Amino acid sequence: MKTDDLVTALSAHVEPVDHRWVGRRMGMALAAGAAMALGLMLVGLGVRADLMTARAVMFLALKLAFAAGIVGLASVCLIRLARPGGERRTSSIPVVLPFAAVVLLAAISLGLTPSSHWDKMVMGEQWLECLLSIPVIAIVPFAVMMWAVRQAAPTDLRRAGACAGLVAGGISALAYALHCTDDSLPFVAVWYGGTIVLCTLTGAILGPRLLRW
Amino acid sequence: MTTTETDLKALMLASLQGDAASHRTLLERLSRRLRAYYKGKLAGIGRGASEAEDLVQEAVLAIHIKRHTYNPAEPLTPWVHAIARYKLIDCLRRTRTSRADVPIDEADEVMAHDDHIGAESTFDVRRLMQQLPQKMQCAIEAVKLDGLSVAEAARRCSLSESAVKVNIHRGLKALAALIARETPA
Repeated sequence: MKTDDLVTALSAHVEPVDHRWVGRRMGMALAAGAAMALGLMLVGLGVRADLMTARAVMFLALKLAFAAGIVGLASVCLIRLARPGGERRTSSIPVVLPFAAVVLLAAISLGLTPSSHWDKMVMGEQWLECLLSIPVIAIVPFAVMMWAVRQAAPTDLRRAGACAGLVAGGISALAYALHCTDDSLPFVAVWYGGTIVLCTLTGAILGPRLLRW
Repeated sequence: MTTTETDLKALMLASLQGDAASHRTLLERLSRRLRAYYKGKLAGIGRGASEAEDLVQEAVLAIHIKRHTYNPAEPLTPWVHAIARYKLIDCLRRTRTSRADVPIDEADEVMAHDDHIGAESTFDVRRLMQQLPQKMQCAIEAVKLDGLSVAEAARRCSLSESAVKVNIHRGLKALAALIARETPA
Protein backbone atom coordinates (compact mmCIF):
# COMPACT_ATOMS: atom_id res chain seq x y z
CA MET A 1 0.00 0.00 0.00
CA LYS A 2 1.11 3.56 -0.64
CA THR A 3 1.41 5.93 2.28
CA ASP A 4 -0.70 8.51 0.43
CA ASP A 5 -3.57 6.02 0.33
CA LEU A 6 -3.24 5.42 4.05
CA VAL A 7 -3.28 9.16 4.71
CA THR A 8 -6.38 9.54 2.55
CA ALA A 9 -8.10 6.71 4.39
CA LEU A 10 -7.24 8.11 7.80
CA SER A 11 -8.45 11.58 6.83
CA ALA A 12 -11.93 10.42 5.85
CA HIS A 13 -14.37 11.64 8.53
CA VAL A 14 -12.04 12.95 11.20
CA GLU A 15 -13.64 13.08 14.62
CA PRO A 16 -12.78 15.87 17.08
CA VAL A 17 -10.46 14.61 19.82
CA ASP A 18 -10.34 15.69 23.44
CA HIS A 19 -6.76 16.33 24.54
CA ARG A 20 -7.72 16.28 28.22
CA TRP A 21 -8.66 12.65 27.83
CA VAL A 22 -5.36 11.22 29.15
CA GLY A 23 -5.46 13.17 32.41
CA ARG A 24 -9.10 12.35 32.99
CA ARG A 25 -8.67 8.66 32.27
CA MET A 26 -5.69 8.46 34.64
CA GLY A 27 -7.66 10.25 37.35
CA MET A 28 -10.49 7.78 36.96
CA ALA A 29 -8.07 4.85 37.13
CA LEU A 30 -6.50 6.28 40.28
CA ALA A 31 -9.88 6.69 41.98
CA ALA A 32 -11.07 3.24 40.91
CA GLY A 33 -7.80 1.62 42.01
CA ALA A 34 -7.94 3.32 45.41
CA ALA A 35 -11.57 2.33 45.94
CA MET A 36 -10.84 -1.30 45.06
CA ALA A 37 -7.74 -1.46 47.27
CA LEU A 38 -9.74 -0.02 50.16
CA GLY A 39 -12.55 -2.51 49.55
CA LEU A 40 -10.11 -5.41 49.44
CA MET A 41 -8.54 -4.30 52.73
CA LEU A 42 -11.94 -3.91 54.43
CA VAL A 43 -13.13 -7.34 53.32
CA GLY A 44 -9.86 -9.23 53.74
CA LEU A 45 -8.29 -7.61 56.80
CA GLY A 46 -10.60 -5.05 58.42
CA VAL A 47 -9.61 -1.74 60.02
CA ARG A 48 -7.56 -1.71 63.23
CA ALA A 49 -9.65 -1.90 66.42
CA ASP A 50 -8.07 1.15 68.08
CA LEU A 51 -8.56 3.40 65.06
CA MET A 52 -10.14 6.20 67.08
CA THR A 53 -7.60 6.49 69.91
CA ALA A 54 -5.35 9.56 69.85
CA ARG A 55 -2.16 7.51 69.67
CA ALA A 56 -3.37 5.48 66.71
CA VAL A 57 -4.55 8.60 64.89
CA MET A 58 -1.13 10.21 65.18
CA PHE A 59 0.79 7.23 63.80
CA LEU A 60 -1.86 6.56 61.21
CA ALA A 61 -1.56 10.15 60.01
CA LEU A 62 2.20 9.66 59.55
CA LYS A 63 1.75 6.47 57.56
CA LEU A 64 -1.00 7.99 55.46
CA ALA A 65 1.11 11.08 54.75
CA PHE A 66 3.98 8.86 53.60
CA ALA A 67 1.79 6.76 51.31
CA ALA A 68 -0.24 9.72 50.05
CA GLY A 69 2.98 11.60 49.26
CA ILE A 70 4.13 8.69 47.13
CA VAL A 71 0.78 8.36 45.36
CA GLY A 72 0.61 12.10 44.66
CA LEU A 73 4.14 12.55 43.34
CA ALA A 74 4.17 9.30 41.41
CA SER A 75 0.84 9.92 39.72
CA VAL A 76 2.03 13.32 38.47
CA CYS A 77 5.01 11.46 36.99
CA LEU A 78 2.82 8.74 35.55
CA ILE A 79 0.50 11.18 33.78
CA ARG A 80 3.54 12.74 32.11
CA LEU A 81 5.08 9.39 31.22
CA ALA A 82 1.82 8.28 29.61
CA ARG A 83 2.30 10.78 26.77
CA PRO A 84 4.90 10.41 24.00
CA GLY A 85 8.13 12.14 24.94
CA GLY A 86 6.94 12.67 28.52
CA GLU A 87 10.03 10.90 29.84
CA ARG A 88 12.19 13.77 28.66
CA ARG A 89 10.38 16.24 30.87
CA THR A 90 9.98 14.07 33.93
CA SER A 91 12.46 13.74 36.74
CA SER A 92 12.35 10.73 39.01
CA ILE A 93 13.93 12.57 41.91
CA PRO A 94 10.76 13.93 43.60
CA VAL A 95 9.29 10.45 44.08
CA VAL A 96 12.28 9.54 46.24
CA LEU A 97 11.47 12.31 48.74
CA PRO A 98 8.80 10.47 50.79
CA PHE A 99 11.18 7.51 51.13
CA ALA A 100 14.03 9.76 52.19
CA ALA A 101 11.78 11.47 54.74
CA VAL A 102 10.56 8.26 56.32
CA VAL A 103 14.06 6.75 56.46
CA LEU A 104 15.33 9.92 58.13
CA LEU A 105 12.52 9.86 60.71
CA ALA A 106 13.14 6.15 61.32
CA ALA A 107 16.84 6.79 61.89
CA ILE A 108 16.04 9.58 64.35
CA SER A 109 13.60 7.39 66.24
CA LEU A 110 16.16 4.55 66.42
CA GLY A 111 18.74 7.03 67.66
CA LEU A 112 16.47 8.05 70.52
CA THR A 113 15.88 4.44 71.62
CA PRO A 114 18.29 2.02 73.32
CA SER A 115 19.62 -0.49 70.82
CA SER A 116 18.10 -3.41 72.72
CA HIS A 117 14.67 -2.29 71.45
CA TRP A 118 15.72 -1.92 67.81
CA ASP A 119 14.89 -5.48 66.92
CA LYS A 120 11.29 -5.14 67.96
CA MET A 121 10.92 -1.71 66.38
CA VAL A 122 12.08 -2.92 63.00
CA MET A 123 10.37 -6.31 62.91
CA GLY A 124 7.14 -5.27 64.65
CA GLU A 125 4.43 -7.85 65.29
CA GLN A 126 3.31 -8.39 61.74
CA TRP A 127 6.16 -7.88 59.30
CA LEU A 128 5.17 -10.97 57.36
CA GLU A 129 1.58 -9.82 57.00
CA CYS A 130 2.79 -6.43 55.78
CA LEU A 131 5.26 -8.03 53.37
CA LEU A 132 2.46 -10.07 51.80
CA SER A 133 -0.51 -7.68 52.06
CA ILE A 134 0.89 -4.59 50.35
CA PRO A 135 1.99 -6.37 47.15
CA VAL A 136 -1.21 -8.44 47.01
CA ILE A 137 -3.52 -5.45 47.51
CA ALA A 138 -1.42 -3.56 44.93
CA ILE A 139 -2.27 -6.02 42.14
CA VAL A 140 -5.70 -4.57 41.40
CA PRO A 141 -4.72 -0.86 41.32
CA PHE A 142 -1.65 -1.83 39.28
CA ALA A 143 -3.80 -3.55 36.68
CA VAL A 144 -6.14 -0.56 36.49
CA MET A 145 -3.26 1.95 36.17
CA MET A 146 -1.55 -0.13 33.47
CA TRP A 147 -4.82 -0.38 31.57
CA ALA A 148 -5.17 3.40 31.64
CA VAL A 149 -1.54 4.02 30.61
CA ARG A 150 -1.88 1.56 27.73
CA GLN A 151 -4.63 3.67 26.22
CA ALA A 152 -2.30 6.64 26.12
CA ALA A 153 1.07 6.23 24.39
CA PRO A 154 4.05 5.87 26.74
CA THR A 155 7.40 5.90 24.95
CA ASP A 156 9.54 4.83 27.89
CA LEU A 157 7.82 1.61 28.89
CA ARG A 158 10.17 0.65 31.70
CA ARG A 159 9.81 3.93 33.52
CA ALA A 160 6.08 4.10 32.92
CA GLY A 161 5.71 0.56 34.28
CA ALA A 162 7.86 1.36 37.32
CA CYS A 163 5.84 4.47 37.99
CA ALA A 164 2.55 2.57 37.72
CA GLY A 165 3.98 0.05 40.20
CA LEU A 166 4.94 2.86 42.53
CA VAL A 167 1.47 4.41 42.39
CA ALA A 168 -0.15 1.01 42.98
CA GLY A 169 2.21 0.26 45.88
CA GLY A 170 1.42 3.64 47.40
CA ILE A 171 -2.34 3.13 47.07
CA SER A 172 -2.01 -0.30 48.60
CA ALA A 173 0.04 1.03 51.54
CA LEU A 174 -2.58 3.70 52.05
CA ALA A 175 -5.28 1.04 52.40
CA TYR A 176 -3.14 -1.34 54.45
CA ALA A 177 -2.20 1.41 56.91
CA LEU A 178 -5.82 1.48 58.12
CA HIS A 179 -5.45 -2.12 59.23
CA CYS A 180 -1.86 -2.32 60.43
CA THR A 181 -1.17 -1.82 64.15
CA ASP A 182 2.62 -1.74 63.90
CA ASP A 183 3.31 1.92 64.41
CA SER A 184 7.06 2.27 64.82
CA LEU A 185 8.76 4.41 62.20
CA PRO A 186 11.55 1.92 61.46
CA PHE A 187 8.85 -0.67 60.76
CA VAL A 188 7.14 1.68 58.30
CA ALA A 189 10.44 2.55 56.62
CA VAL A 190 11.53 -1.06 56.16
CA TRP A 191 8.29 -2.91 55.44
CA TYR A 192 6.11 -0.25 53.86
CA GLY A 193 9.03 1.32 52.01
CA GLY A 194 10.48 -2.05 51.03
CA THR A 195 7.25 -3.53 49.69
CA ILE A 196 6.48 -0.37 47.73
CA VAL A 197 9.94 -0.55 46.17
CA LEU A 198 9.16 -4.19 45.35
CA CYS A 199 5.97 -3.11 43.55
CA THR A 200 7.99 -0.50 41.64
CA LEU A 201 10.56 -3.07 40.50
CA THR A 202 7.80 -5.45 39.41
CA GLY A 203 6.28 -2.62 37.39
CA ALA A 204 9.63 -1.88 35.76
CA ILE A 205 9.97 -5.53 34.76
CA LEU A 206 6.41 -5.86 33.43
CA GLY A 207 6.24 -2.43 31.77
CA PRO A 208 7.98 -3.24 28.47
CA ARG A 209 5.83 -6.35 28.07
CA LEU A 210 2.44 -4.97 29.09
CA LEU A 211 2.60 -1.44 27.74
CA ARG A 212 3.66 -2.03 24.11
CA TRP A 213 1.46 -0.31 21.58
CA MET B 1 10.71 28.12 17.22
CA THR B 2 10.97 27.04 13.59
CA THR B 3 8.25 27.73 11.05
CA THR B 4 7.83 23.99 10.53
CA GLU B 5 6.93 23.59 14.18
CA THR B 6 4.53 26.53 14.10
CA ASP B 7 2.82 25.41 10.87
CA LEU B 8 2.51 21.79 11.84
CA LYS B 9 1.27 22.61 15.32
CA ALA B 10 -1.45 24.85 13.86
CA LEU B 11 -2.50 21.96 11.62
CA MET B 12 -2.49 19.59 14.60
CA LEU B 13 -4.68 21.89 16.67
CA ALA B 14 -7.17 22.19 13.81
CA SER B 15 -7.13 18.44 13.28
CA LEU B 16 -7.87 17.84 16.97
CA GLN B 17 -10.99 19.98 16.45
CA GLY B 18 -12.06 17.56 13.73
CA ASP B 19 -10.91 19.49 10.64
CA ALA B 20 -10.35 16.73 8.07
CA ALA B 21 -8.46 18.89 5.56
CA SER B 22 -5.93 19.97 8.18
CA HIS B 23 -5.62 16.42 9.40
CA ARG B 24 -4.84 15.28 5.89
CA THR B 25 -2.26 18.01 5.27
CA LEU B 26 -0.67 17.30 8.63
CA LEU B 27 -0.35 13.56 7.97
CA GLU B 28 0.99 14.21 4.47
CA ARG B 29 3.63 16.61 5.67
CA LEU B 30 4.57 14.46 8.63
CA SER B 31 4.83 11.35 6.47
CA ARG B 32 7.39 13.09 4.23
CA ARG B 33 9.46 14.13 7.25
CA LEU B 34 9.16 10.67 8.77
CA ARG B 35 10.25 9.10 5.49
CA ALA B 36 13.43 11.17 5.41
CA TYR B 37 14.03 10.37 9.07
CA TYR B 38 13.54 6.60 8.75
CA LYS B 39 15.46 6.33 5.47
CA GLY B 40 18.38 8.06 7.14
CA LYS B 41 18.23 5.88 10.25
CA LEU B 42 17.77 2.59 8.42
CA ALA B 43 20.43 3.39 5.81
CA GLY B 44 22.85 3.76 8.72
CA ILE B 45 22.31 0.10 9.60
CA GLY B 46 21.97 -1.19 6.05
CA ARG B 47 18.19 -1.50 5.62
CA GLY B 48 16.16 -0.59 2.57
CA ALA B 49 13.52 1.93 1.50
CA SER B 50 10.50 -0.38 1.65
CA GLU B 51 11.21 -1.07 5.30
CA ALA B 52 11.42 2.65 5.88
CA GLU B 53 8.01 2.95 4.23
CA ASP B 54 6.56 0.30 6.55
CA LEU B 55 7.76 2.37 9.47
CA VAL B 56 6.40 5.59 7.99
CA GLN B 57 2.97 3.98 7.79
CA GLU B 58 3.19 2.51 11.27
CA ALA B 59 4.12 5.92 12.64
CA VAL B 60 1.40 7.74 10.66
CA LEU B 61 -1.17 5.27 11.93
CA ALA B 62 0.13 5.70 15.48
CA ILE B 63 -0.01 9.48 15.19
CA HIS B 64 -3.60 9.22 13.97
CA ILE B 65 -4.75 6.77 16.65
CA LYS B 66 -2.85 8.39 19.53
CA ARG B 67 -3.52 12.02 18.70
CA HIS B 68 -5.51 12.37 21.94
CA THR B 69 -2.20 12.07 23.81
CA TYR B 70 -0.85 15.30 22.36
CA ASN B 71 -0.94 18.12 24.88
CA PRO B 72 -1.57 21.43 23.03
CA ALA B 73 0.41 23.30 25.69
CA GLU B 74 3.57 21.56 24.45
CA PRO B 75 5.44 21.89 21.14
CA LEU B 76 4.52 19.27 18.55
CA THR B 77 8.03 18.28 17.39
CA PRO B 78 9.08 16.36 20.54
CA TRP B 79 5.77 14.49 20.55
CA VAL B 80 6.17 13.38 16.93
CA HIS B 81 9.80 12.54 17.53
CA ALA B 82 9.00 10.40 20.57
CA ILE B 83 6.47 8.39 18.53
CA ALA B 84 8.80 8.10 15.53
CA ARG B 85 11.68 6.94 17.69
CA TYR B 86 9.50 4.56 19.70
CA LYS B 87 8.30 2.88 16.50
CA LEU B 88 11.87 2.64 15.22
CA ILE B 89 13.14 1.01 18.41
CA ASP B 90 10.11 -1.28 18.53
CA CYS B 91 10.74 -2.38 14.93
CA LEU B 92 14.43 -3.01 15.56
CA ARG B 93 13.58 -4.99 18.67
CA ARG B 94 11.16 -7.14 16.69
CA THR B 95 13.84 -7.79 14.12
CA ARG B 96 16.37 -8.59 16.83
CA THR B 97 18.64 -5.67 16.31
CA SER B 98 19.92 -4.43 19.62
CA ARG B 99 18.76 -1.10 20.96
CA ALA B 100 22.38 0.02 21.03
CA ASP B 101 22.19 0.22 17.23
CA VAL B 102 19.64 3.03 17.38
CA PRO B 103 21.58 6.24 16.90
CA ILE B 104 20.97 8.97 19.44
CA ASP B 105 19.12 11.86 17.86
CA GLU B 106 17.48 15.15 18.70
CA ALA B 107 13.80 15.92 18.38
CA ASP B 108 14.43 18.42 15.59
CA GLU B 109 15.94 15.74 13.41
CA VAL B 110 12.56 14.24 12.64
CA MET B 111 11.41 17.55 11.15
CA ALA B 112 14.67 18.43 9.41
CA HIS B 113 14.20 16.83 5.98
CA ASP B 114 11.40 16.35 3.55
CA ASP B 115 11.14 13.29 1.30
CA HIS B 116 8.07 12.82 -0.88
CA ILE B 117 9.28 9.84 -2.90
CA GLY B 118 7.30 7.06 -1.29
CA ALA B 119 7.98 3.41 -1.87
CA GLU B 120 5.24 0.79 -1.72
CA SER B 121 5.08 -0.65 1.78
CA THR B 122 5.18 -4.39 2.20
CA PHE B 123 1.77 -4.90 3.78
CA ASP B 124 -1.59 -5.02 2.18
CA VAL B 125 -4.19 -3.38 4.38
CA ARG B 126 -7.18 -5.10 2.76
CA ARG B 127 -5.61 -8.50 3.36
CA LEU B 128 -4.72 -7.66 6.97
CA MET B 129 -8.26 -6.42 7.53
CA GLN B 130 -9.62 -9.89 6.87
CA GLN B 131 -8.29 -10.82 10.30
CA LEU B 132 -10.51 -8.24 11.99
CA PRO B 133 -14.04 -8.98 13.23
CA GLN B 134 -16.72 -8.56 10.55
CA LYS B 135 -18.21 -5.34 11.96
CA MET B 136 -14.86 -3.55 12.12
CA GLN B 137 -13.96 -4.73 8.63
CA CYS B 138 -17.19 -3.46 7.18
CA ALA B 139 -17.06 -0.09 8.96
CA ILE B 140 -13.44 0.65 8.03
CA GLU B 141 -13.85 -0.49 4.47
CA ALA B 142 -16.97 1.59 3.93
CA VAL B 143 -15.78 4.83 5.52
CA LYS B 144 -12.01 4.79 5.25
CA LEU B 145 -11.40 2.93 2.00
CA ASP B 146 -14.58 3.43 -0.03
CA GLY B 147 -15.20 6.95 1.19
CA LEU B 148 -18.83 6.55 2.23
CA SER B 149 -20.34 8.81 4.89
CA VAL B 150 -20.92 7.41 8.37
CA ALA B 151 -24.67 7.26 7.69
CA GLU B 152 -24.15 5.33 4.44
CA ALA B 153 -21.74 2.97 6.17
CA ALA B 154 -24.26 2.39 8.95
CA ARG B 155 -26.81 1.27 6.35
CA ARG B 156 -24.34 -0.92 4.48
CA CYS B 157 -23.08 -2.67 7.62
CA SER B 158 -26.47 -2.66 9.41
CA LEU B 159 -25.02 -0.88 12.42
CA SER B 160 -26.01 2.31 14.18
CA GLU B 161 -23.99 5.41 13.30
CA SER B 162 -22.31 5.45 16.69
CA ALA B 163 -21.46 1.75 16.33
CA VAL B 164 -19.80 2.54 13.00
CA LYS B 165 -17.63 5.16 14.69
CA VAL B 166 -16.72 2.84 17.57
CA ASN B 167 -15.89 0.01 15.19
CA ILE B 168 -13.69 2.26 13.06
CA HIS B 169 -11.84 3.44 16.13
CA ARG B 170 -11.30 -0.06 17.54
CA GLY B 171 -10.63 -1.49 14.10
CA LEU B 172 -7.84 0.97 13.33
CA LYS B 173 -6.20 0.14 16.63
CA ALA B 174 -6.42 -3.56 15.90
CA LEU B 175 -5.10 -2.92 12.40
CA ALA B 176 -2.14 -0.97 13.78
CA ALA B 177 -1.36 -3.91 16.05
CA LEU B 178 -1.53 -6.31 13.09
CA ILE B 179 0.73 -4.10 10.99
CA ALA B 180 3.22 -3.90 13.84
CA ARG B 181 3.27 -7.67 14.06
CA GLU B 182 3.43 -8.27 10.29
CA THR B 183 6.32 -5.96 9.43
CA PRO B 184 8.90 -8.48 8.24
CA ALA B 185 12.43 -8.78 9.49
